[in-house]
Amino acid sequence: MRPSTPQTLAQKIVARAAGREHVTPGEIVTCEVDLAMFHDSSGPRRLQPMLERLGAKVWDADKIVLITDHYLPANDDDSRRIIRIARDWAADNHIAKFYDGIGICHVVLPQKGHLKPGMFAVGGDSHSPTGGAFGAYMFGIGATEMLGVVVTGQIWLKVPHTLLMRWNNRLSAGVTAKDMMLHLCGKFGLDGGQYQVVEFTGGAVSALDMQERMTLTNMTAELGAQTGLIAPDATTAAFLAEAGAKDVNIEAWQGDAGAATLAAHEFDAAALSPQVSAPFSPANAAAVSDYNERIDIAYIGACTGAKLADLRAAARVLKGKRVASGVELLVGPASKQDQDEAQADGTLQILVDAGAKLLPTACGACAGYGEYRFGENTNVISSTARNFKGRMGAASSRVFLGSPYSVAAAAVTGRISDPRDLVGN
Amino acid sequence: MNAHMNTQGRTWKLGENVDTDVLAPGRYMKFGIDEIARHCLEDLLPQFAATVKPGDVIVAGRNFGAGSSREQAPQALKHLGVAAVLAPSFAGLFYRNALNLGLPVLVCEDAPAIADNLPCAVDPESGAVRAGDMAYRCEPIPGFLLAMVRDGGLLPHLEKKLGKK
Repeated sequence: MRPSTPQTLAQKIVARAAGREHVTPGEIVTCEVDLAMFHDSSGPRRLQPMLERLGAKVWDADKIVLITDHYLPANDDDSRRIIRIARDWAADNHIAKFYDGIGICHVVLPQKGHLKPGMFAVGGDSHSPTGGAFGAYMFGIGATEMLGVVVTGQIWLKVPHTLLMRWNNRLSAGVTAKDMMLHLCGKFGLDGGQYQVVEFTGGAVSALDMQERMTLTNMTAELGAQTGLIAPDATTAAFLAEAGAKDVNIEAWQGDAGAATLAAHEFDAAALSPQVSAPFSPANAAAVSDYNERIDIAYIGACTGAKLADLRAAARVLKGKRVASGVELLVGPASKQDQDEAQADGTLQILVDAGAKLLPTACGACAGYGEYRFGENTNVISSTARNFKGRMGAASSRVFLGSPYSVAAAAVTGRISDPRDLVGN
Repeated sequence: MNAHMNTQGRTWKLGENVDTDVLAPGRYMKFGIDEIARHCLEDLLPQFAATVKPGDVIVAGRNFGAGSSREQAPQALKHLGVAAVLAPSFAGLFYRNALNLGLPVLVCEDAPAIADNLPCAVDPESGAVRAGDMAYRCEPIPGFLLAMVRDGGLLPHLEKKLGKK
């Protein structure tokens, strides 16, 4: 490839991590990993027995971030054992970046200033593309592959193509990044991302705050991309400065004009209506007006749907209103920082006054690993990312996916409803 | 071809987008692989885990393994003795996990055309498949991963590599 050939943002990051000037989509390269993040479920309880078998040590404790979120609160012996293994492992391996019980990994990681544009990072969780919102190349891997990274500091990669999603104009009030992603899942399917990179651009994306951008790249997992990317800008820089990230370079990590892409799609954000995905796939998306289902539980939770921006969206609908009789509204803020800020600005009080029950700041019912699971024949609307059969509860429970606005609107009316009719000022 | 057919079992037919939540249900994730495997696919095929036999082959639709990074999904299939999964495409994360754990996952355009419960044999290295009276061909496992797959997965592969140092 000639040096003058324009490169996508993904190619530039991968080339840097592979120690190359240029890389070509489709070629296999070995990359040096800048950061490896994992949690209590995918991390120490799986890694430690393999490390012992190999008699190996971690390659660089300073590049590892461990966050407990899946088995908290630990309410049974198995969960307590898994959490104890994580704590012991962090101590034994001198992991300074260990965050225990302060929120969900994908949300805590940038809040603690560990991500920045141009980084090449892996996460032991499928929603690791969340980090792509910061212009970092971050993707999910399984525990055995994480062991390879933890021991060698390297991973192989097939250099990805980029699928460009340009969103023009602005989202209208009551429509969110979540609606954009459900729409894309419906249009392209769960393998629409072809395990390549989905890059988001356009005025509607630039206008989003960092947490909304995180929702975009988070759900490239549901699109079947390896990761999602958003080129960094002043919004990124401001967030990272507040989070304490050092040596942030915005200019260096932009795709070149004219770089070849696998596809380039254009959307009018102003024309997008709130989207809801019916059981049992995020790809079963349609406009909220197509639905009228009665619901039992409205759930605002997880890395996808319970960040501060999501809690505030729900509060705009719920302010001065009450949850419909017979409906349970559950809210599990994504991190302690989000919860504290929602407490400070009155958002949390609005939710509680409306009748919300607060859950711990952890993965909760989204992962379906612990005590929070939906019962037989329950109808649920959820701000989370996945509604596969049996994931969040009984196989007979039915989970509809929507934005925090749509979840809050359903909580108030008792049925799936258009939140734009209820959004206050 | 038959000389290389190193697995022998029946086919189990599944649809598109088989997700990791049905392969390794979240409610059992806190347990070891014995328990998780006992519940593999129970929300789709309640009899699967109890009746699948070593050497059996899954033939599925596109995007097999959608969803989570949990490698207990391919690990449960391997634990139950599944010899190979054939599908027109795999979710990327699942594909990497499966090969890392030594479960042959073979890209096979014709997989959706293969019927359920046929006698089946697969040669993972050549990609040759026999199901009932028909022969099929899968794309071979990429060359740069073959050494790892031959070693039985990433852990034994690393063991060999580190042991040599």
